[in-house]
Amino acid sequence: MSDVVLDVRDLRAWYGTEGDPVRAVDGVSFEIRSGETLGLVGESGCGKSTLGRTILGLLPEGAATAGEIRYRNRNLVTAPPKEVRALRGPELGLIFQEPMTRLDHLMTIENHFVETLKAHESDAKEKEMRRRSLDALGAMGIPPTRFKQYPHEFSGGMRQRIMIALALVLNPKVLVADEPTTALDVIVEGQILEILADLRRNFDTALLLITHNLGIVAEACDRVAVMYAGRIVEQGDARKVFAEPAHPYTRALLESIISLATTELKYIPGAPPSLIDPPPACRFHPRCPSAMRVCSTKDPIEVSIAAGHVTECWLHGPEDEIPAGGEQPLEREEIAVAEEA
Amino acid sequence: MSSIGEIPGTAAPQSPEAEIKTEGPGGVRRLIRQIRSARGVPKWILYSGIAIVLFFLILAIFAPLIAPYGFAQSSSGGVDFPKQAPPSGAHLFGTTVQSTDVLSRVIWGARTEIEVVIVAVFFSLSIGVPLGLLSGYVGGKLDRGLVLVMDALFAFPYLLLAIVIAFLLSDKLGQGIITAAVAITIVYIPQYFRVVRNHVISVREEPYVEAARALGAKRRTIIGRYVFFNVIQNVPVVATLNAADAILTLAALGFLGYGIQPTQAAEWGYDVQRAISDAGAGIWWTGLFPGLAIVLLVTGFTLVGEGLNDILNPLIRYRRVRKPEIPGASPEADK
Amino acid sequence: MEAAARPVPRAVAKPTGEVLLEVTDLRTRFALRGSFAQRMRGRAAGSVKAVDGVSFSLRRGEVLGVVGESGSGKTTLGRTLLGLAPATDGSIKLEGQEITGLSEAAFRPLRKRLQIVFQDPHASLNPAMTIGESVGHPLRIHGIARDREQMRVRVVEALERVGLHPAGQYMSKYPTDLSGGQKQRAVIARAIILGPDILIADEPVSMLDMSVRAKILELMIDLKRELGLTYLYITHDLATAKFFCDRIAIMYLGKIVEIGPAAEIYDNPKHPYTVSLLRAIPEPDPTRTVARDLPRGEVPDAVTPPLGCSFHPRCARAFEVCGWESRDLRTLLEARWTRMPEPEYRAEREVIGSLDEMNVPSTSARIEPASGHTTAEVAEIIERLRIDAPDDPFWKGVAAIDTEGPAVSIRFHEGIEPRDVQEGPSRLQCHLYDEDALAAAQRDAAAR
Repeated sequence: MSDVVLDVRDLRAWYGTEGDPVRAVDGVSFEIRSGETLGLVGESGCGKSTLGRTILGLLPEGAATAGEIRYRNRNLVTAPPKEVRALRGPELGLIFQEPMTRLDHLMTIENHFVETLKAHESDAKEKEMRRRSLDALGAMGIPPTRFKQYPHEFSGGMRQRIMIALALVLNPKVLVADEPTTALDVIVEGQILEILADLRRNFDTALLLITHNLGIVAEACDRVAVMYAGRIVEQGDARKVFAEPAHPYTRALLESIISLATTELKYIPGAPPSLIDPPPACRFHPRCPSAMRVCSTKDPIEVSIAAGHVTECWLHGPEDEIPAGGEQPLEREEIAVAEEA
Repeated sequence: MSSIGEIPGTAAPQSPEAEIKTEGPGGVRRLIRQIRSARGVPKWILYSGIAIVLFFLILAIFAPLIAPYGFAQSSSGGVDFPKQAPPSGAHLFGTTVQSTDVLSRVIWGARTEIEVVIVAVFFSLSIGVPLGLLSGYVGGKLDRGLVLVMDALFAFPYLLLAIVIAFLLSDKLGQGIITAAVAITIVYIPQYFRVVRNHVISVREEPYVEAARALGAKRRTIIGRYVFFNVIQNVPVVATLNAADAILTLAALGFLGYGIQPTQAAEWGYDVQRAISDAGAGIWWTGLFPGLAIVLLVTGFTLVGEGLNDILNPLIRYRRVRKPEIPGASPEADK
Repeated sequence: MEAAARPVPRAVAKPTGEVLLEVTDLRTRFALRGSFAQRMRGRAAGSVKAVDGVSFSLRRGEVLGVVGESGSGKTTLGRTLLGLAPATDGSIKLEGQEITGLSEAAFRPLRKRLQIVFQDPHASLNPAMTIGESVGHPLRIHGIARDREQMRVRVVEALERVGLHPAGQYMSKYPTDLSGGQKQRAVIARAIILGPDILIADEPVSMLDMSVRAKILELMIDLKRELGLTYLYITHDLATAKFFCDRIAIMYLGKIVEIGPAAEIYDNPKHPYTVSLLRAIPEPDPTRTVARDLPRGEVPDAVTPPLGCSFHPRCARAFEVCGWESRDLRTLLEARWTRMPEPEYRAEREVIGSLDEMNVPSTSARIEPASGHTTAEVAEIIERLRIDAPDDPFWKGVAAIDTEGPAVSIRFHEGIEPRDVQEGPSRLQCHLYDEDALAAAQRDAAAR
């Protein structure tokens, strides 16, 4: 097993508002090893994008962070912003969702690469920069004959590939991809996922793939972490989690996916909770079909289901922490039909 | 999807009501809501601007009651006023070379300025906004033609254009208030036209406008109900900034002799021009007070405009956010 | 232990046979605003054939899915059917009545029968109108409700029907107060309040979360049953289409490349594009690690589409008559260079002069060597290209390579425009199923 390159412990990221803060990330722990792809999955409003940004130190003013992000013996949460900024690019890469708006329309692709390389490696020589740029682009399937073209001359899928190449040319150890294929068509998405899979094999980049699309997680990720209302409710080997989901939310999410094999429409009643005032104890309990009394009174404790597969759910114990009568089913009010995201 | 700076997961307030409400449409409602929730620097800018403008408005409206004398009055109760007398008990701001009371002229001048500017801005708006709406939505030859005309007008410096128009109109309409008002009206129409037209062009492509077409709404319904209220947010800002500029233009016209005639009404610009010759002789009160009035009123309107702009279109959304305190010991302790 | 499941049996098609909408050879073209220089010279810059000869019929009670990626023309098709985009050619008949070319005033009464639900729930409702006003507006436009009370009753009914309950709570809200799913319900309410026959749904769930999609789809299925609606379901998601549709039409670059019963499309896809679309769908099944044989390249530029069959540059089964042209050669060269390390690429690139000639689509390609290099060197590069991948369908399309003279000339077989062929219950445009095309290909191969 390769080394752990990013170790996150009890991370919190809260946004300030005029009233109570938004607890977008509220106690999240995970680790990524080099060469591994971890899929961070959740629906809109669960805090996954915030988590990605927190790791890269890209939160706005008025946001507070706590906890640990251990990278190379440094805690990025407490490190001075200058240090984190220096890491962004050469060590920590980021791919955004919309490639159209992230490339400068007035600069050729060549200039994008030159600027990126010069900014982080001031002694890079022109020939060397060219070679690395063309290699990175080549790995993404962009022909060298188009090196001097402008972003608008490329399609959306190609622009995303250029973005990935730009992120990779600096050889970061950790790459955070925030919904990289959401805005793209399904065939282009498949092509890019193939490229990202090659990445795992050929380089040692650790990839944090943030998405709401469970399908691509299954195909492209080694491990998966399921996020709900600011917390990771289940994480483990992708195959195992998909085959035997432990947490009711994971199970419900998997069942609600409409794939070619779907014969019934299933959905999760209700809507994801407000991150300002999430439900007490287990945050999923208002919508959970298997909720017990303890779920609304006591915070669930993380349990290990199998090697590397953990979840926080009272259904999996620990038994001795459940008070008497806590296992009784929880009575709740009916959730309205139209109460949804 | 969330972006940097946006706050995810904030729920909206609920308000149960059973009638189809035809209250203020979203656009205006949003405006008022935003103004009321303003905080900090923009709020003070706006409020101080409003205070100044309100002050001059009161002067203007109640001029007959406030001003001690008429604007061309050079005697009272049979006694002639002293000529070029410095400020004193009888004449707080002194008198001019024509023995008129400076204070009264300043107050009556406020009425002139406010009248002309409000009339001019009102008419500019009433012509510029509908033209912008129509031109932006309909497009085609009408749009091209209007844009050409408006851009041509816009290319001239305001003052120059105003002078030319005032000059041309002075034959027909004389050199009075009407001329000045018309000149200023015309000069500012392109502003509203542009602002509204540009906004309309972007709104026109929005799905809800297309949805309205799909429903079969007539063009005027779409312009009136779907487009209009969504494009007028910038108009108040433009109007107030225009008012500020209009005052300067009017004063400049008066200064150059194309504005109001002294027999018709008092006008600050005209007074300042007359005061130039006084300055050499050490007579400062004839120029200072009208000049100060111009500066104050222009500043007032500008403050309102800028304050509104900062509130409605903030560059950075300054919310009174407090960086939250995250409790050290987490309530849900992990291993 | 499962998620809340309301098992909804897949809507069984009970088409009454009556044709509601008949579309024949529909074309919608958009002129492009060319570059500044072109406009100055008064030269048109070309046009995009967004819808390029589409024909199908829609029967009462059925759900026809129109599936395609971006650039396929499916959204433009929907808008053309509603008169929101002008049809350049062809015909659309709504219950026998021709609706292309109708003036807005003549079209207006027809809108009571033909409505649309757009893709983006966040932008489909006027932010300046309350939900009650928005949903009730169609009644006002068509002068249906006679007074406010009647209008209120009908709006409440529509809101309740789409699940916005209690209706009173939603009527005075503005769109910003609602969630995505709720907004989409309101949009559906607005679309059905006039009691239309046909509802065109343009990607109604693609911008909603996974767990909400099922709810909205279920709503649409319920409405179909309750109101007897006929749907045209436009989407890029073959998975939801499979669940919802009776028949499916697959679109690529403005044409329908395959259309047939849903079961047939999924169990027995014929057109190579349909096959690749199906294969590309990510399945939440981690046991599947098989490479998906994705077609190379991307959807091409719609202004100058590939010659012959538009899909041929990406098709793994393309052959002689599919429309090979000079741009395909350029693509192949570029792909080769993409895989090469930079020094080798530069060495090869120097040999060849300008590549721009190959951008003009033509059945013969001409490559001139750069100054200081010979035709023989160019020929050698082409030969290396062939050796690297002799099974690439491209070589089937090459009729002759001429290395004499100042440049290398490559002549391709003449491409044939694909035409509609019937194959079982499906209709498709693919030479692989076209007897005449196959025969022509054999002749070409023999002559090579």
